[in-house]
Amino acid sequence: MELRKSYFADQRKDDLHEIGQPRPRSDSPGHVTGKTTYFADRNFPGMLHLKMVRSPHHHARIRSIDTSEAEKHPGVVKVLTAKDVPHNVYTILILIQIGPEDETVLADGKVRWKGEAAVAVLAETERAAQEAAAKVKVDYEVLPAVFDMDEALKPGAPIVNEYHGRNYYLYDSGECRKVRFGDVEAGFAGADHVLEQTYQSSPIEHAPTETTGCIVAPEGNDRFTCYTNTQAMFFTLDNTSIILQMPGNKLHFVGGTVGGGFGGKVDVIVEPIAILGAKLTGRPVCFIYSREEEMQISSPRAAEKVVIKDGVMNDGRIVARKVTGYTDAGAYSRHSPYGAQKGAGHYPGPYTIPNVWIDTYCVYTNRTPSSAMRGFGVTIGDFALEVQMDKLARLIGMDPLEFRFINAYRDGDMKAHRQPTEGAALIECMQEASRAANWPVAEKFMAMSSYAKGA
Amino acid sequence: MAIRRGRGVAAINYPTGMNLGGDPTQALVHSTPTGNFMVTLSSVDLGQGMKQIMAQICAETIGVPTDRVVVDTADTDTGPHCMGTFASRGTHRAGNAVIQAAREARQVMLEVAAEELEVNASDLETDGQGNILVKGAPQKSISIFDVALSAHFKRGRSISGRGMFLIPRSYPEKETGAMKPSTCYAHACTVAEVEVDDETGEVTVLTVKNVFEIGRALNPKMVEQQLVGGSWMGISHALYETTEPYYPNRDHGGTDFNQYLMPGPGDLAQTEIIVLERPSADGPYGAKGPGEMCANPQIPAVANAVFDAVGVRIDTLPITPERILRALKAQASN
Repeated sequence: MELRKSYFADQRKDDLHEIGQPRPRSDSPGHVTGKTTYFADRNFPGMLHLKMVRSPHHHARIRSIDTSEAEKHPGVVKVLTAKDVPHNVYTILILIQIGPEDETVLADGKVRWKGEAAVAVLAETERAAQEAAAKVKVDYEVLPAVFDMDEALKPGAPIVNEYHGRNYYLYDSGECRKVRFGDVEAGFAGADHVLEQTYQSSPIEHAPTETTGCIVAPEGNDRFTCYTNTQAMFFTLDNTSIILQMPGNKLHFVGGTVGGGFGGKVDVIVEPIAILGAKLTGRPVCFIYSREEEMQISSPRAAEKVVIKDGVMNDGRIVARKVTGYTDAGAYSRHSPYGAQKGAGHYPGPYTIPNVWIDTYCVYTNRTPSSAMRGFGVTIGDFALEVQMDKLARLIGMDPLEFRFINAYRDGDMKAHRQPTEGAALIECMQEASRAANWPVAEKFMAMSSYAKGA
Repeated sequence: MAIRRGRGVAAINYPTGMNLGGDPTQALVHSTPTGNFMVTLSSVDLGQGMKQIMAQICAETIGVPTDRVVVDTADTDTGPHCMGTFASRGTHRAGNAVIQAAREARQVMLEVAAEELEVNASDLETDGQGNILVKGAPQKSISIFDVALSAHFKRGRSISGRGMFLIPRSYPEKETGAMKPSTCYAHACTVAEVEVDDETGEVTVLTVKNVFEIGRALNPKMVEQQLVGGSWMGISHALYETTEPYYPNRDHGGTDFNQYLMPGPGDLAQTEIIVLERPSADGPYGAKGPGEMCANPQIPAVANAVFDAVGVRIDTLPITPERILRALKAQASN
């Protein structure tokens, strides 16, 4: 790695003692010698193991649940169903007033994706819990499922989630989050070329080294200590408090070093049910995802579909950009309404375009609920935007890097979401990339600056 | 049939934090009797090194070496509220909270030192080595060790501080979408060079040259580990990863690392990282959040390089050999 101090030198003072120094990490020796403690390194006497009975169907009504055989299985201490969960229907972003509550801790009457938790089994050993889970009998009536966002949005599609009543999230702005800037249709009408293209992605796993989990210990004083690898301590505590209808002062969350998160550990899935298990049995409870659960049960990055329509001039100026983004939330909201909204705030990318129209939809389908992941709401959008930029450049016979210089945002430029640009540095990144990759561009581009014109 | 070479470019920006949700973080700082400093947070270190960077920020602000600072994180009984470690917000949000707390603690520390030295606190400065000196008369000094002892046992002062950082939540305007998603943005430009085997559809990423603008590299070695890892993840997203290879079909989902594809050590591209620093106006010592954005530009850069190599557009991720071969076949039949 090289630090190129020549850029923006006028905005920086290099007079610091500790900042800017490549100090060795104090936690590295523990990591590389295997001495760092993770939550799962704890072991309490009498600790129970929790395993979930999961839906084998993508969409089904639950006619009945019979746990009698499972309860008789040797080593089983407790079997939990929806009726045991004090506030079973929840949604995590209710903490920032993004509702409605639309997800069940344990399925109640219905499952909406293959793998959804229906019954929790607590047993003396992991094996006993697993074996007993296989003995739980759930009588399902399979319902039509919808997997494709386009299909889900068609009239008459099976409704994935009754708490929404429609297969998309309803924002205060309507069926999508909107950005409107200038007159996009006039921009297309006056453009030398118009190009509309569609981009898509599939769900992606966070693949942390350490799978999601927690260990809960009753403290004997009505308090419960939850050792967890959540990425957000109070966010998880406060949601748990709602789900269990338990005052926050009864809960003590302890984290520590986490073996990778990437956004996959902000969903508040394992903690509430494990704490409930500890409360109802009076014993420590351990609930840790297997690798299979981490890959197919825990939320992935959402699949997205992005349609971009651009109007471009022969001289390289983009004069209009319309983006329609679709985020596949799966069966429940989790963080997806926020992610789709974040996308609306990110488009049309780091370019100054006078006419912009953005619609971003959060769509429900019968698949594993998606949620936050590194680059949430932006990563797939950037893939779409930057491939589109390449296509536009080639369409008008221009070098793709030079084409980006022509459109790059600079300090003071008004963005589509009506904030003036501050602290831009795209131009300088491209200048340095031009040098580093030996990708020459015209001298006028190398002379450009992100600073406001005339500044 | 041949191995064909191509290169592609992509340029991006990325917001720090989640202004659209509201994301406060708090920090507490106090000294021990012997002049070490404890930073207390509820923020989570995900392995990226948050504790180390908070220690350096606290040390810089108080004016002591980093090894005099201990960071206690991720305990809701002791640590004040933090929204969480996500949205590229940890360094920026918690860092600002630590600076505010450390400034308050530093002020008490200087006041105690001023009483011991019988001067005004405003005439004192720290040397960064654990001592407090009178400006212009450095022979008149006191160690922070002695100041802390005095505060604890003689003067009855708590060398401590409280820090809070909050950017008010931005609510998007319904009709126009006017909003403030972030107060600062990191930037990147990546050039990727690939080889594509037009017989097998296999892509080899030869080089990635990443230029990242991140505000300020608070610890250059830690910045490097994050940017190199992010660059690898971007390539992995471009070419390999998905839990549902035939999305929207639900079948064939990987359940372990044998089935879920990621590049191994032998697939790593030659990676170059160049960092520019344009300090952000509200960042801790100018830092922005580079955690997420560093994995984004490689994806389109690789996609564009594949097109440059073999003349087909794969607009669906991941760019698998199957998709490339199908596109080449369609191209040949047109």
